[in-house]
Amino acid sequence: MIQPELEILAIAIVVAVACALPGVFLVLRSMALMSDAISHSILLGIVLGFLFVGDIGSPLLILAAAATGVVTVVLVELLNQTRLVKEDAAIGLVFPVLFSIGVILIARFAGNVHLDTDAVLLGELVFAPFERFELAGADLGPRVLWVMLVILALNAAFLGIFFKELKLTTFDAGLAAALGFSPALVHYLFMSLVSITAVGAFDAVGSILVVAMMIGPPATAYLLTDRLSTMIALSAVVGVVGAAAGYLLSSTLDASIAGSMAVAIGLCFAGAFAFAPERGMVAVRRRRERQRWEFAETMLAIHLFNHESLPEHQEESRVQHLHEHLRWEESFAQRVVDRALDHGVVVRANHDRLELTSAGRHTARRAISSL
Amino acid sequence: MDLAGLFGDYTLRVVALGSAILGAASGALGSLAVLRKQSLLGDAISHAALPGIVLAFLLTGSKATLVLVLGAAVAGWLGTLAVIAIVRNTRVKEDSGLGIVLSVFFGLGLVLLTYVQTLPDASQAGLDRFLFGQAATMLMQDVTVIAALGSVAVVLMLLGWKEIKLLAFDRTFGASMGINMGRVDVLLTSIIVLAIVIGLQTVGVVLMSAMVVAPGAAARQWTDRMERMVAIAAFFGAVAGLSGAVLSSTVQRLPTGPTIVLCLSAIVLVSLLFAPNRGIVWNLVRTHKQRRQLRADAVLADLYSLAGQHLDTSHGHSIGALEAMRMGQGSARRSLSALRERGWARETRPGEWTLTPSGMEEARRRFDAGASPDEHEAQEKR
Repeated sequence: MIQPELEILAIAIVVAVACALPGVFLVLRSMALMSDAISHSILLGIVLGFLFVGDIGSPLLILAAAATGVVTVVLVELLNQTRLVKEDAAIGLVFPVLFSIGVILIARFAGNVHLDTDAVLLGELVFAPFERFELAGADLGPRVLWVMLVILALNAAFLGIFFKELKLTTFDAGLAAALGFSPALVHYLFMSLVSITAVGAFDAVGSILVVAMMIGPPATAYLLTDRLSTMIALSAVVGVVGAAAGYLLSSTLDASIAGSMAVAIGLCFAGAFAFAPERGMVAVRRRRERQRWEFAETMLAIHLFNHESLPEHQEESRVQHLHEHLRWEESFAQRVVDRALDHGVVVRANHDRLELTSAGRHTARRAISSL
Repeated sequence: MDLAGLFGDYTLRVVALGSAILGAASGALGSLAVLRKQSLLGDAISHAALPGIVLAFLLTGSKATLVLVLGAAVAGWLGTLAVIAIVRNTRVKEDSGLGIVLSVFFGLGLVLLTYVQTLPDASQAGLDRFLFGQAATMLMQDVTVIAALGSVAVVLMLLGWKEIKLLAFDRTFGASMGINMGRVDVLLTSIIVLAIVIGLQTVGVVLMSAMVVAPGAAARQWTDRMERMVAIAAFFGAVAGLSGAVLSSTVQRLPTGPTIVLCLSAIVLVSLLFAPNRGIVWNLVRTHKQRRQLRADAVLADLYSLAGQHLDTSHGHSIGALEAMRMGQGSARRSLSALRERGWARETRPGEWTLTPSGMEEARRRFDAGASPDEHEAQEKR
């Protein structure tokens, strides 16, 4: 692999991990769409920063953009507090305004510089290696890579230091407040970090891939585990896999890198959706099927048990009769009987009559007493 | 450019008409989404539509508005179904479901778009106007498509009006009446999808969500009735579409889509602040009035209890005493003049106040119903 390609892949992987870490808590706190809102509204911050500083490469731009991200969060919350609109509508009202102002400012004042809405929304990872980070004349690699490494370190440090607080405020904000933590403080610190991450990543990969990388891997991990620490680790892994697979896809199809990575992450999620060991669709289907047969078998046992040693016993224990009494299709009844025979719940007494075994009697008794 | 010249301009007339119709349609239909707390569904659907647009072009080779819009509708629909499937079958919440569908579908659209751009045929140029919208290039035939599909959606909404209302407010009750609420849900979602895809090429993917949410959110402040809300939202949408189109054509380098959104946002802001009953400003005024009323009532009560300690009811009580009884809860002076305006208190000499007979009467009526026994004794002594 040639140098620039390797660099692009490295950038994508660092971005993926840096996004997945805060993404876990966005998903758990049901604030996933704040990433969408922030990644759009930071356009305004970048434009404003550019208009004041006049230099597209200035680090002040990142700060200005991150500040706009926090402003978005604050505005959404203010709007929520008025209780005049629902929370989802508040998000949907705030970010288009900031984005629109940004687009208009670009059109009016910054039309002739390298700052177009296309690049912002879609991202151009291909160009990322062109901007180098040089120190004392030595080329240390792409600038974006370094920026994202710093952001990744920030995220990891924040997670390490505030893990307990984040966990508590996410799962039980009331208890956290009662114990003396300030959910609001943790919240704003966290959202600032999300903004910074979105800004750094969006410079490299575009706002849509930011959303895909913040939400996709954590949501995938959420289907695979119940432990927070495992979920964080899995999210990072899924992000890296998505980035690498997406990169392969894009070079095969000669198509947008950001788009391919979003698709690859989507495939990861679809895979988990279908095949996750406990929560996947296949596992759930299979479990339901098994429960259906087990339930039918227990019903059969209870039915026989109820009529045992009663006068109608002869009639009720006939296989043909199940169809009538339990309202089962005949083929279904036949299969239940076969299974019950296999499992030793019942035995055949002459012709078509069924007799409970002692194990079957036990099953029925336990099922009835648990009602 | 003067006003007559402005509307003599054919292009502007087309763009303004199209934007107004679009605003009205998406406003009316979007308010249904707002009521159902599905505001962000619009955002997801508009992003999810992109692969449909590109695929429709790839399959038919046509760039006719109707073809692309239908492709967008199918993809938007599939995106919605995907969100529903995720929310129903997993523990992933709706916001994450929307985020995934939005970004993954859009990513797929980008992949297809860049793939199409590598094809030798140059006819694909202009597909990306769906990303950011180009109202300025709107043609009369686009307006026709917008108007036709918009009316289809509005007619569908009117036909299913009663059921949609039930869905928005009391789904369970609707189901108990024997209405298939699942089917109504599908109908409503289809209407919303339609409303979104017809606006895509005008205002673009990102800003379309505002066209869906903002008119409804603004209209909600002005009324508590659903019929009126939908009508007002349509009106707001039309006004914003029209004024955005006119503004952007009169001012240089003012893109139409964002201008429309800013007009809408101004309407939302005014509604949030000034709508009668719900508006923030009225709320502040009301709170302020209530607070003043409470303070005046408290001073009335204090004067009354002071009067109870003196045989001479016309004995004046100093403002200092009244202030002390208020324990710093605002100035007594303003409350006293409020009481005087109603004829319940008078100043016996500068700085000393007492109740008038009618004030006495009022206080007795208000405070004596649950008065404590020793206060009754005090009255009997008198």
